[in-house]
Amino acid sequence: MNAVALEQYIHFAYIAAIVLFILALKWLSSPVSARRGVLAGEIAAGLAVVATLCNPEVIAYKWIIISLIIGAGIGIPLGMVKITAVPQRTALSHAFGALSAAMIGIAEYYEGLDHLTRFGMGEIALEVIIGSLTFTGSLIAAGKLQEILPQRPIVYKYQNIVSLSVLAAALILAVALVVHPQQTTLFVAMVIVALIFGVMLVTPIGGADMPTVISLLNSYAGFSAALLGFVLNSKMLIVAGALDGSSGFILSVIMCRAMNRSFTNVLFGAFGTVQTTVTKTEARPIRSASAEEAAQILDAARKVVIIPGYGMAVAQAQHKLRELHDILTKRGVEVSFAIHPVAGRMPGHMNVLLAEADVPYDRLIEMDEINPEFSRTDVALVIGANDVVNPAARFTKGSPISGMPILNAYEARTVMVIKRSMSPGFAGIDNDLYYLDKTLMLFGDAKAFVGSLIKELNAVAAGV
Amino acid sequence: MPADFISNLYVFVLAGFVGFELIKRVSPLLHTPLMSLTNALDAIVVVAAIIITGRQGTPLTTTLGAIAIAASFSNMVGGFLITDRMVRMFKSGGAKRP
Repeated sequence: MNAVALEQYIHFAYIAAIVLFILALKWLSSPVSARRGVLAGEIAAGLAVVATLCNPEVIAYKWIIISLIIGAGIGIPLGMVKITAVPQRTALSHAFGALSAAMIGIAEYYEGLDHLTRFGMGEIALEVIIGSLTFTGSLIAAGKLQEILPQRPIVYKYQNIVSLSVLAAALILAVALVVHPQQTTLFVAMVIVALIFGVMLVTPIGGADMPTVISLLNSYAGFSAALLGFVLNSKMLIVAGALDGSSGFILSVIMCRAMNRSFTNVLFGAFGTVQTTVTKTEARPIRSASAEEAAQILDAARKVVIIPGYGMAVAQAQHKLRELHDILTKRGVEVSFAIHPVAGRMPGHMNVLLAEADVPYDRLIEMDEINPEFSRTDVALVIGANDVVNPAARFTKGSPISGMPILNAYEARTVMVIKRSMSPGFAGIDNDLYYLDKTLMLFGDAKAFVGSLIKELNAVAAGV
Repeated sequence: MPADFISNLYVFVLAGFVGFELIKRVSPLLHTPLMSLTNALDAIVVVAAIIITGRQGTPLTTTLGAIAIAASFSNMVGGFLITDRMVRMFKSGGAKRP
């Protein structure tokens, strides 16, 4: 086969891969066809890798094979992590993706040093800046999610000005490089400054803002790959990067909307640090109940909506909740789960945890669909969620979470809240829901309390 | 502006548009697997890393390329693995559970 024909075949393989990428995302739209989507993606990736190995430009295979083996050695354990570790694994994979894009951009710079055009230099500089900041930013996010680093926002005075100056410095270095592409010192300085900016971008962001941040980093990682496609003139990389980038971008928009906040506010707001001190401490009366009382109310209910939040993930209560769901369903109670878009630490976090615990996915209902149901709900059981059910978001003007869409738990006939203590949630705001006459506070560890609810319900069942 | 850039821009805009239309349709149920799948697809940058490493430029570019291969290939393998594990967990209530 001559070289021209071979090159054409490689392009055909890449085009087939692009089609399969698109089909993969299309099939992922529903749980019924999702596995087919994964398979399409795998075939696409395999096709593209094999085609590339046939590229006549590739003359030495030793380091390729060694690195592929190392990559597989890292990737397989990362693909086998516990489902509870998925948020930090995802952040780590954004870091790897961005690292790879940045490394290729840097290599491309050094290889093209003698014949770089100004335009080409500009593309490389932008690509390497985004790749580098996404790399360190994602590492910090992963560290926070793994709780190696503190989850609370780390803030100091004039932080935003300092951070933005660092970003500006990176951009100025990029402009200087466009003027003098041969100045390798400038290039190294630019990479270092971009790496530092990535750290500064994510350290001030608190744990509860992680769904937005992880989506934004997803989008950066995607766009850095697309930019790399521009640098290398590879249409396949542009398509893959654009798909990944737009996916991350849409998810970030959904997350921001679900908190009624803007990107700027998430990135520069350091929410939660300002308000923690203003919490009212006046003691308001609450009603608490024992597991036995709560079980009797649940048993008498016809419709129960369970509202899980990050606290459920922390307490690992999802398997117990599934048992509760099974027992109540068996006793003729209609049970569903209300999923707020920002519940947990990444988009879709609650769904994956509950699906792993074998809760059927048609019982996991998103916010807009479940909200009209609360007025005909007998019991809303809140477990590990706080701000997403705080009526202050709807009714208290000037509240820090004012305008945030919430789950209308307060409309249910009875509200039960499983909580360790009366301490306020992430936003540091008192939750009016806890003081309603119809609210019962169930104090205790989420997993243990649901366990005792199950025991009580079984006792009731045995008594019948 | 180079001619390549313009044709690449066409591809980018069209792919971004297709992505937007596709992702909008993904059920919020599957947003976590969506993120891990797009991550695995994005790992296709491994092809660029393979070329950099395989054409044997300087030791520096070969090293950078090798790191890039390991990083992106780990995303590819791990991303597909975990996505498949996650989507397998989503079972409908209609199906009988053991």
